Amino acid sequence: MSPKLMVDPSKKWSGPTRPYDLVKEIVVAFVAVALLAGGLAFLFSSPDDPAVTLKSWALTNSADFAVTATGELAGTTTSAGYGAPYNTAAKGQHFGFIKLQDWAGVRIPIDPANDFVVKPLLMMNDSAASSAVAEWSSANADQQSTWATAYADALSKAEGKDSVADPSGTFGPVPQMVASLLTMAKSGALDGALITSDTPLPTDFTKSLLFLGDSEGYFADLASKQHLSGDQWGVMNETGSWPGQSWLWLFSFWYQIDPFKSSDNADTIVMLLMGVLTLGLMLLPFIPLLRRIPYAIPVHRLIWRDWYRKQDK
Amino acid sequence: MSTSSWTGRVRAATLEKMKPEDLLPEEQPAYVASWIYIFGVLTLAALFMLIFSGLVLTVEGPAWWHTSTIGHYWNSVHLWSVELFFIFMVVHLWGKFWMAAWRGKRTATWITGVLAFGTSIITAFTGYVIQTNFDSQWISTQAKDGFNAMGIGAYFNALNTGQAILIHVALLPLVVGVIVLWHVLLVRRKGVVPPIDNDGTIARGAKK
Amino acid sequence: MHHAIINLNHPAHYIGLGPFSISLGNLLIILAMCIVFLAALFIPFPHSDKEGEDQK
Repeated sequence: MSPKLMVDPSKKWSGPTRPYDLVKEIVVAFVAVALLAGGLAFLFSSPDDPAVTLKSWALTNSADFAVTATGELAGTTTSAGYGAPYNTAAKGQHFGFIKLQDWAGVRIPIDPANDFVVKPLLMMNDSAASSAVAEWSSANADQQSTWATAYADALSKAEGKDSVADPSGTFGPVPQMVASLLTMAKSGALDGALITSDTPLPTDFTKSLLFLGDSEGYFADLASKQHLSGDQWGVMNETGSWPGQSWLWLFSFWYQIDPFKSSDNADTIVMLLMGVLTLGLMLLPFIPLLRRIPYAIPVHRLIWRDWYRKQDK
Repeated sequence: MSTSSWTGRVRAATLEKMKPEDLLPEEQPAYVASWIYIFGVLTLAALFMLIFSGLVLTVEGPAWWHTSTIGHYWNSVHLWSVELFFIFMVVHLWGKFWMAAWRGKRTATWITGVLAFGTSIITAFTGYVIQTNFDSQWISTQAKDGFNAMGIGAYFNALNTGQAILIHVALLPLVVGVIVLWHVLLVRRKGVVPPIDNDGTIARGAKK
Repeated sequence: MHHAIINLNHPAHYIGLGPFSISLGNLLIILAMCIVFLAALFIPFPHSDKEGEDQK
């Protein structure tokens, strides 16, 4: 029976060895994984649902487009009431005194009423649109809000319609502006107008995506049909039946349960929590109890079973 | 053999600690005998496939794969490589956890491994944002809220596709690559952690 | 542009329990990962002839 000696794991191993060929292992692994990835790609392909546009939105669900455009004028959409980094319409999310969103400030200024509706209409060479915008622009903010809010109410009552008649003139120029914007969107011109508003050769889709993101009846509806919404574990999911980012399961999990689910600051809290947990995983070797788990549950007896068997002889 | 010059100190801290037989070994300690040991190299192989298929996708531009059968195939290789990459990396992580592989001054190896995992998740995420299809439109509009809530969105705008593309294909692969290289060099330099003994801190095995 | 042998371009199946919900695709990936981990632990690793009882 050979004597059992203690070895300092930080010292270079001086015990028995076995032959090994690192380069061979690398080559075999690389070839195997190349064949596996290539084969899986051949078998299952990958998803590619076409992008949607303001045009497809206007053509598919003109009523939702009209409601959302009116909401931009009334300041009631998600973007209009967002806060940093787009505008100052709201206080950003926070966790106690940690107000990262506000501290970062308004670095991507967006004024939805002007950027999504008024400015594009001015690009449209149409006298009805131009005079409606002129009337809107000469009114004060209270008047604008009164018109837009009244029209938003009327549209929501007339479910499924993209316009409502205004015999008493309570909506001001808003119905004409929304109707013109809808025409512009249906032609595809609005997509171009929003992405080229800052630069003629765009790579930035912030404005059109924010506008699209304000749609509840089209964009969000398409997503929830594919189980992509946050409350559907959508962060993990993929279009079609393909697997998605399953490694985000824990991040996604918090959004499904209280207190996170119902918190106005869910994003800040969940992101901070995941940061702390990741730090915990990183510093696991220093955390009492947790670092003892591999000793308490002896999976290592299985991994090194040959070795231990020889040692116990 | 090092001097007090900067060069001498760097050489002492790097090259002189890296022995050729440690970098490209022909033998391993006898306890390195389990299939769990192949998941590190499998993760590297999947990373290589990711970089290779990603480079193929860059050649004809970000929208090529929507209109080309060959482009779509390489997009599929990229997708399945990332699924394999995370499977292999998580199995590797589980294996190293149960071996308590941070023992024997290997903490830096563990930390760089977790860093590689975290930065890979961010990199994969930016990949999902630049698909230029419905999925990426939706993911970017959702993700912006998370980034904005952390103050990150003011600097990294997920809705700015051009920014996301450059970050995904240039900055983040470099960051992941450097971390992974550092991790692998630490593994080679420190050697594979010896088995856990009954006392839990010291391995047994060598004889007089 | 889909040229898959097995077509996944259709609505996914979801398996749910309480607040939990997972697509079949993700579930299969996670199960595959667990099976691979268990296989790596349990499948015997081949030994070369040179080693064995040699405690050099």
